[in-house]
Amino acid sequence: MAPFHGSPIFLFIVLDEGKGVICVYTNLRGLDFSPLLISLRAAFIATIVTFFLGIAAACFVSGYRGKFKGLIDGVLTLPLVLPPTVVGFLLLILFGKNGPLGKFLLALGTTVIFSWPATVIAATVVAFPLMYRTVRSAFEQIDQTMIYAARTLGVSEWKIFWKITIPLSWPGVAAGTVLAFARALGDFGATLMIGGNIPGKTLTIPAAIFFAAESGAMGKALIWVILIVLISIIVMTLMNYWTDYQRKMIATISRR
Amino acid sequence: MDLLVDIQKTLPGFELDVHFETGQDILGLLGASGSGKSMTLRCIAGIETPDQGRIVLNGRILFDSQKGINLPCQKRKLGYLFQNYALFPNMTVEENIGFGLGDKKRDAQRAIIKKMVTMIKLEGLEKRYPNQLSGGQQQRVALARALAIEPEALLLDEPFSALDDYLRSHMVQQLTETIADYPGVTLFVTHNMDEIYSICNQLVVLSQGKIEAHGGTEDLFRSPPTLISAQLTGCKNFSRANYLSPFELEALDWGIHLITQHELPQKIAYVGIRAHSIEWATDEKRDNVLCGWLKATSETPSRITLYLNVKNETLRQHDQQIQWEITKQTWSALRDKPQPWNLYCHPVDLIIV
Repeated sequence: MAPFHGSPIFLFIVLDEGKGVICVYTNLRGLDFSPLLISLRAAFIATIVTFFLGIAAACFVSGYRGKFKGLIDGVLTLPLVLPPTVVGFLLLILFGKNGPLGKFLLALGTTVIFSWPATVIAATVVAFPLMYRTVRSAFEQIDQTMIYAARTLGVSEWKIFWKITIPLSWPGVAAGTVLAFARALGDFGATLMIGGNIPGKTLTIPAAIFFAAESGAMGKALIWVILIVLISIIVMTLMNYWTDYQRKMIATISRR
Repeated sequence: MDLLVDIQKTLPGFELDVHFETGQDILGLLGASGSGKSMTLRCIAGIETPDQGRIVLNGRILFDSQKGINLPCQKRKLGYLFQNYALFPNMTVEENIGFGLGDKKRDAQRAIIKKMVTMIKLEGLEKRYPNQLSGGQQQRVALARALAIEPEALLLDEPFSALDDYLRSHMVQQLTETIADYPGVTLFVTHNMDEIYSICNQLVVLSQGKIEAHGGTEDLFRSPPTLISAQLTGCKNFSRANYLSPFELEALDWGIHLITQHELPQKIAYVGIRAHSIEWATDEKRDNVLCGWLKATSETPSRITLYLNVKNETLRQHDQQIQWEITKQTWSALRDKPQPWNLYCHPVDLIIV
């Protein structure tokens, strides 16, 4: 990512820290915007992948009646409760040179460790449980007699899924997607473990904030902080308005 | 047109074991909640799987545990009307009705939907969503949706329980009209004996997963064969009974002898009388007369139920209570008369089990 060109842009940030006033001054001209792109790319791809994987997993687990349900659910939820570094470590083992997937990829002549796909994989894994859990609870809230009714009408399971299950659990699916996106955008630990912090390649915004703050570049860190807060607020707000809009549409229909 | 059901299923604390056959008459399944009547219907529809047995509809095996046949719900071609209707809230009336017609051509679909909407008299409301319809209208849509696929059997699972009383009687009459033209097997499940009586010609009484009685509705209401079927068909008053002679029995709990219309079998257990069958007698010397003291009353707008204690000198135990249902007119004539009142049980009205 090329540095920002054009007329100089200055950002003044005034922090009131107790007695004195600290003035942070940063010239945006010198700022490397690559973490933004890397983060967004990882978050978007991870959200798309989790969307389908999460729905498929939710569908499978809510329909599964065996005795391993608790175990399966536990494994699928694990990335949510484990420390991100542990998730990253496990991914490192899995995708490393001696890991089962790593060996396979090596045979194909490639590796994902410390390359940009690593950021996508890490984001996907940590975002997945949020999508899976939210969608599953939405699925399980659907009145089962509706599904039975559709079955007695001779409708295939596939059509039931797309015409009844998904529309009726849509608010849950949407909420899960937003949560997954936010989590994918915000991942730090897992990404750092398998992606590293190679600027322009695997350095995401959360990592950039950490390393900027660590090296004392508070202004730079603050810019990233503001940016990520903005993105999160915008996405969440849009989603809320959209859900509201849909609810109002249904309400209008029912009042007519 | 016939349906054979012979299924067993063990559930926690409950065992379902039913066997019945039915033809074109509307068959009612009457039972208290938890008697297995809805479970039976769900097994027929393929929502639940019996442990063993057979279900055969018009020669088509839907389920046979020995042959390992268990058709999925989708292939059974049954119309199922659910208690809460289970309409799809995200679809309009016409989308709901047409949902099971996916394999037909568009024109054919539209024709069927139109026919169904006319049948249930909801013309003009095709574009409405279920939550914009009244309870009665929703039920009609659910019925139309079930009938649209031309099912070989129609299963009605307590279809009126969610309606208020006023709508209920109206809907009972409408449903009877609609399914009168339906050629297939119809099963109707309810705990309400009034609905059964007005809708079904044939009746199966279920209790705790077992069949208590099976026969013509009127016959079963007139002379229920078991105590439970008598209770389920609405008989409120029972007394233990002893055989005395072919036409006389002793009602132990009521402390009197009763003359019967029909010849008695040697082994009898109980005698019963419906609350509304009891008549008021002026003369206590007659046969079949009980003496009762009024303990409590309970009023509905049209009728009144009296709870009377029956004097029992022979047993000297707790007085037995008897329910007597009378009209308001009888009540106003009776209320100031000196007690005890004489209750006459007509021999024809006695239920002996």
